[in-house]
This record gives sequence, structure tokens and C-alpha cells, in this order.
Amino acid sequence: MSIAETLGQLALFADLPPSQLEAIAHTHEEDVFAAGERVLRRGLSGGNFYVILEGEAAVEIDGEARHKLMRGDYFGEISALTGDPPTADVVAVTMLRCLVIPATQLEKLLLDRPTLMLRMLRMEAHRLRTTLEWQP
Amino acid sequence: MAAVERPFPPGDYDVVVVGSGPGGLQTSYCLRQFGVRHAVLSRDDRPAGMFQRFPIFQRLITWTKPDAPVERGSREYEWYDHNSLLAEEPEAKALVPGLMDRAFDLPSRAEMEAGLAAFAERARLEIRFGCTWESTRHEGEGIVLETSDGEYRCRAVVFALGVTEPWKADVPGLEHAAHYVDTRKCDRYADRDVFVVGKRNSGFEVAQGILPWARSIVLGSPRPVQMDALALSALRVRYLHPYDEYARGGPGTYVIDVTIERIEPVGERLRVYTRGTTWDGALEFEVDDVIAATGFQTPLQDLPQHGLVTVAEGRIPALTPFWESVSLPGVFFAGNASQGARGIGKRGGGASSSSVNGFRYNARVLARHLAERLNGHEAGREPVADVVPFLLRELTSAPELWVQKGYLCRVVSASDGVHLDAGVVPLSTFLDSRGPDAYAASVEVDETGTIVPTLYVRRRGEIAEHQLDPHPLHQYESAPYQRHLEVLVQS
Repeated sequence: MSIAETLGQLALFADLPPSQLEAIAHTHEEDVFAAGERVLRRGLSGGNFYVILEGEAAVEIDGEARHKLMRGDYFGEISALTGDPPTADVVAVTMLRCLVIPATQLEKLLLDRPTLMLRMLRMEAHRLRTTLEWQP
Repeated sequence: MAAVERPFPPGDYDVVVVGSGPGGLQTSYCLRQFGVRHAVLSRDDRPAGMFQRFPIFQRLITWTKPDAPVERGSREYEWYDHNSLLAEEPEAKALVPGLMDRAFDLPSRAEMEAGLAAFAERARLEIRFGCTWESTRHEGEGIVLETSDGEYRCRAVVFALGVTEPWKADVPGLEHAAHYVDTRKCDRYADRDVFVVGKRNSGFEVAQGILPWARSIVLGSPRPVQMDALALSALRVRYLHPYDEYARGGPGTYVIDVTIERIEPVGERLRVYTRGTTWDGALEFEVDDVIAATGFQTPLQDLPQHGLVTVAEGRIPALTPFWESVSLPGVFFAGNASQGARGIGKRGGGASSSSVNGFRYNARVLARHLAERLNGHEAGREPVADVVPFLLRELTSAPELWVQKGYLCRVVSASDGVHLDAGVVPLSTFLDSRGPDAYAASVEVDETGTIVPTLYVRRRGEIAEHQLDPHPLHQYESAPYQRHLEVLVQS
């Protein structure tokens, strides 16, 4: 299956027509990580925005897994949008295939595609609610 | 004529290198330096790999500057010579500049081929030519390669096969298109309308080649030409005339952002149906020829059937930081396919592993890694007497760091007050491995395109990143840098 076809199956990109999916798939590269490899590094500048196409990853703080990320999830958006280094590691749990969007290009990607931005905002809101529910 | 005995008969080796292009030659040279017993197999009858045939328009896009401000053959000269392989012996170093006729600032294909042949000869590399790798299997801890000459057993295999097998994107009707590799004769495009699918190196190269002949040329692909990326691309030095023509509004040459929905024959001609990606709407083109410049793939033979994981729609193997398949242990890649290890890609920056310039350094790092892994212990490390000047000199002039920005770094370890040169390693390996206190020097590029010398300090397992001030001349050996680094090293 092509990258564009895979993207079309993910909730984040569900509103985009095939030509837009092709454009995104051709503009950005994919990367594959072996299980155990670090993808996002806490405290280091210049991280990218990643969308999981295949496999599982874990958000880790001090080596302890806090949250699992699956196909269709994305990560790195907070540091990509704020410019601050990530506050957690993201580590591949299984072999992990991601679309990699450099932070510098994420803003344009979202501004050019408001429906994608709205999808992401909803998913962020959902994450925030889930996080708040975890509080004792 | 007496039969010449061919080297490397079938049998057991620690490492087998497959391929005799620049990746294979550099890997074999470096493995020998590190004392790794290996065989080199090639289906060709002479060295140089893809440079026997490509680029089809006979001119490289990577430069060599024969007269540079530093001595030819010095380490610093490597920055000015992106096409020669690396060697220790003076007679095998910096060979391409001496073979250029100076008719153009970039070497021709033939000059590059001659440079590689001269390297193989002067470095006295042994290669078993006419030996074709046919299939592969794992057997216990080892790997068995079946070849036209028999079976080779090894602990690790390094495939240096290039990324040279024509690849066509999955577009309905693209089977009616010629591939880039079949476009050698430019004059056959005289007075014809041509649609080129693809806007990367080969798309622009073929468009440049046929520009003087064709009646009209359309270059189309989904991805917009990114001028900021182009400014750093090797393409800019040679193949931008079609883009220049379009940007200035020249009728008959167009560079457009579209998906190609399908291609249909209409009598003698072809109709190309497209839809805009950076603009709304659809366009149809009726042309005499469609050329697929959709790229190349690594000739992976049966490896995908054994579970080799790939990126870029099956074209490139997915690799670990030391260029080992993420899914097939013991299977390594050198040369152009080493781009399958992307590195940490800070700020979206990529490695320069798809050109000789970059992958020659990958090969040296790989050879040391293989030597250490097969021997089960680290290679000897030289003491560094004065760590601050050493790191600043590396940041200023190490060609590995300057070519492979943010991808390869120079590491100095520090334990009990003794500094040891731990050599050049992939930056991600340094960042992700635990180990003794150490420093890693890396040349990086920030969001604005400014080059930023960067020092990573590992202390008690924690890594801190320190961006040093940029310098307009990229010279970091002066007192302010010295003071900054001394603080970082002492703290």
C-alpha cells in the first residue's frame, strides 16, 4: 500500500482528497525504526512531528513507559509548535514506521489545510481531557 | 593466455561485500584497514558500478575543485573533492581531480569512472568479477549467499549495490512511458511534446538534456519544488535551466505540482490526466512522449521475501544507525542505499548518504563497527592531549562533520581525566547509548539555515546539548570558542 493510501485510512487525514494525500506523501519522507530505537529525545532541540503509519511506540519518562502510541497516533507536535525541546522520550516498542514532518513545515501544512488543523485540534483536546482525568 | 586466478573462491569469510561501485570499493578498502577478512564479489567485469552508465547525460552534479586553498590529498581537501574515495596512501588519494580535463567545473561520467578504476588499482583492491549474487539464506548465526560461482558463508554481508534499478511509480498507464534510463538519445525528442513525470534529480536532468530539442516540456509531480531545499541540493549546479525557463515565464516549459491520475494512448499520442496539489483544478496534456523520472530502487533480489523491511515504497532498505537492516540481522548496506539510515533528522535535515561524498564516510564508520562487532572488542583509541583545541579543530574542518551535518559526529571519551578519541560515529548512536562521560562534536543547521557548531556533553549518563555561536567564516578555533568549550568541558 502506498504512503498516500495509508494516510487516507488515518483519522488525522480523513478529510483530505487523494491529491492532497499524494502531495503530503511525496513531500515528506517516511522512516522506520527498529524496536527499542529512540525516535523523539527529551531535552534535545530540533525534533520533528511524526505520524505512526505502522507499529507501536511508547512515551517514556526516565525510561518508564507512560503512554502507548499506535497506528494513526502522532507525536512531537508540542515541541514542533512551541519550539521547546520535548519533555519525554518516544521509543519504538515494535518496528515502527512513521511519516516524518519537520517542525518548520508543520505550521504551513496546517495553515494550508484547515480541516487537518481542526482534526488535530480535536485530537489534542481529547488528549488533554484524558490527561486531566488521570489526575487524582 | 594463461588463466588468471580469480580471488575469493566460494567458502567461508567473516564478511562478504557485494558490489564494486564506489560503495563497495570504499567498504572493502576500510575493512582491510581494520583487518577484517572479507571477500568482494561483483557481477560486473570492472569496477565503478553505476558510473559505467550513469548519469546518462554524462555529467555529474557533485563537484571537485582541482585547485583549492588546501593541499590536494589532505584531509581538509576532501571538502573540495566530493568524488574521490578515501585512502591513506598518497597514490590512492584524491584521484578524481587529476583526471579532470577542466572543460567543466564538474567531472564527467568518464572521469569519475576512471577515478574509481584508478582507486581500485592503486589501492590494490581485490574483487571477484563476474560473480553474480543470486539468492540468500540465514543459516544458524550466519548468512549464506548463493552466487553464480557457488556458496559464500559469512557472519555479515554488506550489499553495495547502488540505487540504480529503474523504478516506476504506481500510476495507471505509466507503462506507456519510457524510463529515464532509456532517454539517452536527445535528438529523438526533436519537435515533440514531452511530459516528464518526476521533479527530482533525474526529472530535471532529462528535462535539461532534451530542452534544446523538444517542442514543449512539462515536468509534473505532486511535490512542489522547494526553493530553500533546492539551494542546498546538488541539483542546483547543473540542471535548473528548465526551472529557470519556467520561472521566467518561458512558453513551452512548465514545472507543475500535480498528481498524475492516469495516462491513456490517443492514436499515436498519449493523454496525461492530472490534478493540482498546490492549486485547485485539473489539467490534461496531449503529448508525444511521457518519460518516467520516478526514480530508482536498490536491487534487493530475494531479500524482501526473507523479511527485509524497506522505506520509500520498497525502494530503499530501512536501516539502523550502523546501516544494518532493521529486520534482517547481519545484513548491512553501503553506498547509495546507506541513505536508508536517516539519522535523527534534526530540523528535518537529512544526511548526504545518497552521494559518494557522504557515503564514503559512512563506509569507514561501518568498517570500524563491523571490526569491533566481529572481534568482540573496541578498536584501539588514541589519547587526546588537549581536548578543547581538538574538538574545535574538528568542528572547523572535519570533512565528515561538514558533509554529514547532524548525522556523523566526532566523539572524545573522558574517564579518570584521560581523553580518548572514540572516532566518528552516527550522532544517534552517541545520543542513545549509555557509556562513559564523553563529548560529541557535530556541525548542524538551524531553522534559518545558519550553520551551528554543536557540542553534546554526556555526564553520568545524561546528555546536554550546547549550541555554540555561529561564525560568519565558520572558524571556531578562536579564543571566545576556546573559553566557551573550556567551561563546558570543566563543568
